[in-house]
Amino acid sequence: MSDKIEIAERYSALYNVNIENISVNSSSYINSFREEAYQKFTELGIPTKKNEAYKYTDLKKYFDHDYKNYFMPVASDFIKAEEFRCDVADLDTHGIVLLNGFYPTINEKMRQLPGGAWIGNLNEAAQLFPDQIKKHYGKYAKSESDGLVHLNTAMAPDGVFIYVPEGVTMTKPVQIVNLVYSDEDMFNQHRNLIIVEKNAEFSLIICDHTLSPQKFLTNAVTEVYVGENAHFDIIRVQNEHNNAGKITHTFIHQERNSVASSNNMTLHGGLIRNSTYNYLGGEGAESNSYGLFLTDKWQHVDNYINVDHAFPHCTSNQLFKGVLDEMSTGAFNGRILVRQDAQGTLAYQKNNNILMTDDAKMDTKPQLEIYADDVKCSHGATVGQLDYDALFYLQSRGINKKEARLMLMFGFAHEVIQNIKVEALRERMDNLVMQRLNGELSRCASCMVKCG
Amino acid sequence: MLILKDLRASIQGKEILKGISLEVRPGEIHAIMGPNGSGKSTLAAVLAGREFVEVTEGTVTYMDKDLLNMAAEDRAKEGIFLGFQYPIEIPGVSMVNFMKTAVNEHRKHKGLGPLSASDFLKMMREKKELVEIDSKLANRSVNEGFSGGEKKKNEIFQMAMLEPLLAILDETDSGLDIDALRIVANGVNKLKRSDNSFIVITHYQRLLDYIVPDVVHVLYDGRIVKTAGKELALELEEKGYDWIKQEIENSIIA
Repeated sequence: MSDKIEIAERYSALYNVNIENISVNSSSYINSFREEAYQKFTELGIPTKKNEAYKYTDLKKYFDHDYKNYFMPVASDFIKAEEFRCDVADLDTHGIVLLNGFYPTINEKMRQLPGGAWIGNLNEAAQLFPDQIKKHYGKYAKSESDGLVHLNTAMAPDGVFIYVPEGVTMTKPVQIVNLVYSDEDMFNQHRNLIIVEKNAEFSLIICDHTLSPQKFLTNAVTEVYVGENAHFDIIRVQNEHNNAGKITHTFIHQERNSVASSNNMTLHGGLIRNSTYNYLGGEGAESNSYGLFLTDKWQHVDNYINVDHAFPHCTSNQLFKGVLDEMSTGAFNGRILVRQDAQGTLAYQKNNNILMTDDAKMDTKPQLEIYADDVKCSHGATVGQLDYDALFYLQSRGINKKEARLMLMFGFAHEVIQNIKVEALRERMDNLVMQRLNGELSRCASCMVKCG
Repeated sequence: MLILKDLRASIQGKEILKGISLEVRPGEIHAIMGPNGSGKSTLAAVLAGREFVEVTEGTVTYMDKDLLNMAAEDRAKEGIFLGFQYPIEIPGVSMVNFMKTAVNEHRKHKGLGPLSASDFLKMMREKKELVEIDSKLANRSVNEGFSGGEKKKNEIFQMAMLEPLLAILDETDSGLDIDALRIVANGVNKLKRSDNSFIVITHYQRLLDYIVPDVVHVLYDGRIVKTAGKELALELEEKGYDWIKQEIENSIIA
């Protein structure tokens, strides 16, 4: 108990020291959320294992550390990021390079991409698109139990803003390469807002890379609004070093007949926790949540999903898979809430995991709360070894055991990868996963960032 | 080509094969028939190299080599093919990738380089036509969502791709309708040459209307109790297995 208070005090102190600096560059509207969020954080603190949603993840190792730097970007920081800009253009995408989660504030500011979407930083957006900010900011990222969401609201200095106006179809995805870099151990928080209005279509790819070996902790919140009949895809490729902690909270609010898919591909990282919240807030909405992680050594990956069926005739799908090697650990917690009015709900959940060693450990917990009668729900979870019969089947065709194991693991992972709609990225992910399973560094072939 | 001498094998300490001897020569088709539980599938499992079957006695010589000392994948590369009674579904592994890997492993074993992508696809196309397999099947994951008949046809397709010297078909006919049965049998007949051999394991005679065996063995309670020409299969169809059981029991009593 005293531990908990001490750690939380560290972050309260951080707030008191930095809040003035943070507020100066932020809009009054965004600042108006900070004080209340700070109070909420001091009540809730950093989640411990007593918090049901964090039962299998110990955050202490990353939060109980003396980070030298609370990152707030200044223009000169982006010079380093700019060096990588030209090297990353490979997929047919609109490429954006971020530093520690922040949009560059030199050379270019808010810009409109071919096709019609706007992209820039949140602080500038608050000046340029005040109506959109007022309508959406702080509306979806809510939590009664997770203090980290409030810590972010209280003191995230800035983040990415993407606005896809009504009816705009972005044929090319936006690819964000997020570089994590610092000379000192660093704690950083950024806050993103993505607005995809009625009848719009948009795909976002986010690739995380660490550029320096320091200890990092990131606590990021992303709010997404998906308007009526809009389509939105978000794919995260997490490839950070083993001394990096990454906590992401993604809140996706969906209107009627919208389709939203999220895909978390975790190739590397020390401690990773992805929380994804889908609120199906209109009839006929569909959400798909996918995740794949490959861990070894002391890595820990935790995926938490919360799908809220609030209206009738919505569909949700969850497919999460993990391959755990050596002494790595993982957790999956998939909550499906079907409210009383949500008749005709279809909700599916699948979580399959392969343990490669006796020391690897996986905890999986489905959590179904159903208050409507006319509902189709299914869930299944497995934790086990490779299928011996399948292995023998491949061997009986002349494929040696090592290769056969690799093929099976790849096939296992591919079931998640095949849901990526951007073909070039799907192939890229297949290659990266194959390299990773082969024990090679999974570095994007044409990416010059020396990650891993 | 294949010589079994007094082969005995157990599963979890229970003896299933109780001394089997037989010889298969190049160009021969052998049928192994017998009632359920007689040890037919265990025999196939031993020959293919499944680890859950423990060989307790006897020898198996294949092309003058000790087969029992070879790993399953090496047996395959030396030309043995097992057609599974229950082919395994492998989600996420495409038929193309599976067969490409297998064919190239076989080629490597023979000292040949891997096939080019276009040569490989051409080979796939030809073999698909040969065994009349629906071309869409090859684009899917291995056996995933295939019907029973499609799975068996897929076994024959894989056999065509790998061109084995000795193919062991374990109840490939079970659960097939007459059209699928004909396709499976035609595949075997088209792949038949003077230098390769087949062991067709079956419960029923009807597959043998299409594939004409040179030798028919009856397996009963882990032993081969009768060996004769193709006419034995007809006799079994007509009279069932009871008369053989009767004969054996009589001989034991006597």
